Amino acid sequence: MAQVTLRKIVKKYDEVLAVRGIDLDIVDKEFIVLVGPSGCGKSTTLRMIAGLEEISGGDIAIGGHVVNDVPPKDRDIAMVFQNYALYPHMNVYENMSFGLKLKKTPKDEIDRRVKQAAQILDITELLDRKPKQLSGGQRQRVAMGRAIVRDPKVFLFDEPLSNLDAKLRVQMRTEIKKVHQKVRTTTVYVTHDQIEAMTLADRVVVMNAGLIEQVGTPNDLYHSPATKFVAGFIGSPAMNFIPCQLEQAAGGLNLRLADKLSFPVPADRTARYASHVGKGNLVLGLRPEHIAETRPHTEPNQHDFDMVIDVVEPMGMETMVYFTIGAAEICGRVNPNAGAVATQSMKLRADLSNMHLIDDGTGKVL
Amino acid sequence: MANVAIEAAAARPAYGSMSKDRRWALRWSYFFLVLFAIFFLMPPIYMLITSLKTSQEISAAGNPWWIYNPTLANYIELLTQNHYLTFFRNSAIVSVCVVAITMLISVIAAFALARMKFWGSATLATGVFLTYLIPETLLFIPLFKMFAWVNETFDIQLMNHWWTLIILYPTLTVPFATWIMIGYFASIPKELDEAALIDGATWMQTLTKIFIPVALPGIIAATIFTFTVSWAQFLYPLAFTTSTTELVLPVGIITTLIKGDVFNWGQIMTGALLGAAPPLIIYAFLMDYYIAGLTAGATKG
Repeated sequence: MAQVTLRKIVKKYDEVLAVRGIDLDIVDKEFIVLVGPSGCGKSTTLRMIAGLEEISGGDIAIGGHVVNDVPPKDRDIAMVFQNYALYPHMNVYENMSFGLKLKKTPKDEIDRRVKQAAQILDITELLDRKPKQLSGGQRQRVAMGRAIVRDPKVFLFDEPLSNLDAKLRVQMRTEIKKVHQKVRTTTVYVTHDQIEAMTLADRVVVMNAGLIEQVGTPNDLYHSPATKFVAGFIGSPAMNFIPCQLEQAAGGLNLRLADKLSFPVPADRTARYASHVGKGNLVLGLRPEHIAETRPHTEPNQHDFDMVIDVVEPMGMETMVYFTIGAAEICGRVNPNAGAVATQSMKLRADLSNMHLIDDGTGKVL
Repeated sequence: MANVAIEAAAARPAYGSMSKDRRWALRWSYFFLVLFAIFFLMPPIYMLITSLKTSQEISAAGNPWWIYNPTLANYIELLTQNHYLTFFRNSAIVSVCVVAITMLISVIAAFALARMKFWGSATLATGVFLTYLIPETLLFIPLFKMFAWVNETFDIQLMNHWWTLIILYPTLTVPFATWIMIGYFASIPKELDEAALIDGATWMQTLTKIFIPVALPGIIAATIFTFTVSWAQFLYPLAFTTSTTELVLPVGIITTLIKGDVFNWGQIMTGALLGAAPPLIIYAFLMDYYIAGLTAGATKG
């Protein structure tokens, strides 16, 4: 049993608050990803769990025991660093067995565990090589191997894929997921890459400016973000934000985006939004895939509109189109065969059943 | 495509300004290298030639660069009839002990100053370097005073003993060796000791099992430096030792082979040549490491 619990964790560097009191419950065997822009406090949080940074306030518990003052080696954790941090003078076998040797584990037990971890990671034939003879991906595997052999309660990953090239990163991402499915150890993983977060995590923790914005499954965060920050951070290309006004209309509410552009609000949301009629600071959030080319048959909550396209970006399986509404640059995803041409008008269709209405003042999704 | 273009350029060197530049750069560098080699090899060659001559031939007005009657008399005399071997032994013991003491202190001190962020560690590190900047010529008079005080208070005579130098030399070598090691340890990525910390290593284990092996080139550079300094040190032994049996090589050669205004050139040159041998031999063995030590830290990894 290795759940990790953070209670009101605060980290202060001199006068700067890096982490401003966060609460988080990580259940046993869970893969948690901390994601956010640089400087959001995610790495600091991970390092506090590891015991590499002292906490300025709050409690951290691993497996039910508060470990605030427990040194890293007694927390029963293993960490994988961004730059691998392999011991350059030791070969792969020695790198992986170093921790066990210090714990005075019997030799044959060490051997068994190293061989087993090497097999999981497919690095058996590299065991007697030195780190400098390995490629980036192999070094990353060794770094993971060093973590696995110790059979810790918790794995901590600090941006482990950032130093790899794009192709290898995708490959190692799958690799990490496979390893987690095999060893089922509670994992806390830090990254600034939201795609890594989405693909790996059981639950994603989005952090911003030292606070947790939202915790949820990747699908939760994608489809029902709690704040404008999460809505904009998760998803690529990012969600479109269009300043808008909410108007009372004959059959319900109307969402006005520009003088000549307005959409009726889906009927199931009128009650929720009714109190915001006439207020300023409202923003419509709509993902690019919910702005597509028009189709012959109509569906509820889908509305056609005409737009002059500024830029067309063919991606192969889909084509991105960019246009502006007021000052907002909007991205839509259309079928490659829809005939999008730059500087020409095009009939598009907005699917408002997946819209988000955001109060720009508080940053909350309404 | 790029490869083809490069090969085509290489096939026509007459037009390739790159290779022309390079050829001239090579010529100039060889010119200056030869110049410096001649300049710096002249003294040791002159020492070797003189050491193989008789006293008569040295003072005769012949070609100083030619030996007409080669002899090993200087070597035999120096090694059998003088205190030369005593000087050599004193020098060797002093230097080896100083190296051991210096490395023991400076490696541990540098590790603490580079890695354990404690209150005042940065100031202390700067202080260590400032100590190195104080010239020895300023220090020996206060050291005299201290020795006199030690003699009065504890009745221990530190003057005129070769082993006193083992206490003295580290005042010169420890600051610099520590400074080298601080720089070297600072270039080791922080994650390495964090990984060791998580793996369960104590500070001492991190030092002995991770830092010392990784920083070995730096340690060897510091060792060579320390050995050279204590082997060639002249002022302190001249000031603090006087009896013939307590002298080390540099001072011993000067005081025993120059009698009044009579310079025994043959033996002086022989003694200097033999005395220069140990650092040379150590350099030769550790050269590869030494160069690695000088260039490490320039690039990461």
